[in-house]
Amino acid sequence: MAMLELENVSKHFGAIQAVNDVSLSLDPGEVVGLMGDNGAGKSTLVKIIAGDFRASHGTMRLEGRELVLHRPVEARQHGIEIVHQDLALCDNLTAAANVFLGREMQAGPGPFKILDYASMYRRAGEIFTELKSETRPRDLVRQMSGGQRQAVAIARTRLSDAKLILMDEPTAAISVRQVAEVLSLIKRLSDSGIAIVLISHRMPDVFAVCDRIVVLRRGRKVADKPIAKSSPEEVTGLITGAIDKAF
Amino acid sequence: MASELGISIQQQEHNWLSWLVSRQAFWVFLALVVACIFLSFATNSFATPNNLFNITRNFTFVAVIALGMTIVIITGGIDLSVGSVLCLCSMILAEVMHNGYSIEVGIAAAIGTALIVGAVNGVLIAYVGMPPFVVTLAMLSFGRSLAMVASNNTVVYQFGPDHNKLLFLGGGAFLFGISNPVIYTIVLALITGFTLRWTRFGRYVFAIGGNEKAAILTGVPVRRVKLAVYMVSSLSAGIAGIIETGWLGAVTTNLGAGMELQVIAATVIGGANLAGGAGTAFGALIGSALIEVIRNSLGLLGINAFWQGAFVGAFIIVAVSFDYIRNLRQAE
Repeated sequence: MAMLELENVSKHFGAIQAVNDVSLSLDPGEVVGLMGDNGAGKSTLVKIIAGDFRASHGTMRLEGRELVLHRPVEARQHGIEIVHQDLALCDNLTAAANVFLGREMQAGPGPFKILDYASMYRRAGEIFTELKSETRPRDLVRQMSGGQRQAVAIARTRLSDAKLILMDEPTAAISVRQVAEVLSLIKRLSDSGIAIVLISHRMPDVFAVCDRIVVLRRGRKVADKPIAKSSPEEVTGLITGAIDKAF
Repeated sequence: MASELGISIQQQEHNWLSWLVSRQAFWVFLALVVACIFLSFATNSFATPNNLFNITRNFTFVAVIALGMTIVIITGGIDLSVGSVLCLCSMILAEVMHNGYSIEVGIAAAIGTALIVGAVNGVLIAYVGMPPFVVTLAMLSFGRSLAMVASNNTVVYQFGPDHNKLLFLGGGAFLFGISNPVIYTIVLALITGFTLRWTRFGRYVFAIGGNEKAAILTGVPVRRVKLAVYMVSSLSAGIAGIIETGWLGAVTTNLGAGMELQVIAATVIGGANLAGGAGTAFGALIGSALIEVIRNSLGLLGINAFWQGAFVGAFIIVAVSFDYIRNLRQAE
């Protein structure tokens, strides 16, 4: 059974049709590259899945059950996690504090709960080890490299039992060596059965980790095919409109 | 490979000494200690019980408000209304007691007033989205005006049946000759420090100051926290007003005028960052204490008291430049 299915999803803002009649299906463990030019509707589509926007038309199903999201928190409750493009990190807090932001572990009786630093440091350490990232839970995010910051943002998705992770340009702002680190993180997540949507402008990254590629152009889906049956040239043509459609 | 990684993660990466010297509050504390030692030798009158009693009491009014202000500043906000709120709450307390009500009723009225003013500030800032500087500037004007209306701009110095209780509350010393306001200040500082370090609320205060957008995206109740923060700030001004009224034994409508700037100066000297994201309760105390010691010592050393502002100003620049130099080094 498909993990996530979108059926004829559209979203318009006034007269602007941002996403137009897009259907999409993701299997567990599948990595789908979502590509398109600026304004093609990638971010809008992801925001619909993440609960930031409600679709104007169409339905969304998670593991076969219809899903209606009103707020981002609800998406999280259903196992949909998002790694934001700017990572949404607080520079003045530690790695562990950022991982647990909004979901802090607490200890103590009744209403007199205090932050459980020991458990949060331990759990964050376990997640970083699991992600094979050399990130230390007690370090301030301010002092971290781009790859480590990315690891912190990705570590957040491991707090709950995520089924689907949406990643918005996770390799846009980091060095070549760190890109390899992030791509191997994505591989490991998909190996454990998590479906991943990767939004990226970087063709090599998409071809390195994705199983399937979906191209949007002016709000419409113009390609949806296994990565093995496509090529960077074809994808470039689809993005720019030189090639009309490919399925 | 995996075990190596495990070791590097488990390593205690915190060297206490390096942590300590990276703290602005630590350096200001050191400066304070050096100043006190110097003054003890340089003057006959600094290290006398009377003078120490005075200093420790005098710094509390600024210090209590600086605790609330620190929380506001950590979120990246500012509260300019505290001086006026102090005056308004003192006046409400004085008027209520003057009209024959008990001290409990008077304090409840003063605290209620502080919370309402804070809630108005907080709603306008957090829910309507106005800039804190503008909202609290308006409240600075509004609050003092209300105090004038409430008292018809007269001095209130008779506090009804509980007159003496109020004077003891602010001017007495029930524990080992330590003046009461000092005890309140220490208790409030401990509560503030605990809240900032050990509670979810405290964590959210720092998160909002660090990156408000990130806080919103990760599900932190940003608006509610901001509302609470401005209520706490007003509350601290209200508490300081109650104590100061008890100590002075009279309330005038220019009580606390210009105090907001003194409080902000103390907070900044103590290591709070006006850009948000950094600050401690300890720093607020140290900053307030340093300002009071400067004020006190100028008199003792026979230096013209008009120099006080120059010293405080110089200290703001010196204290903040520590932070600035450290950031420069990190940028390299």
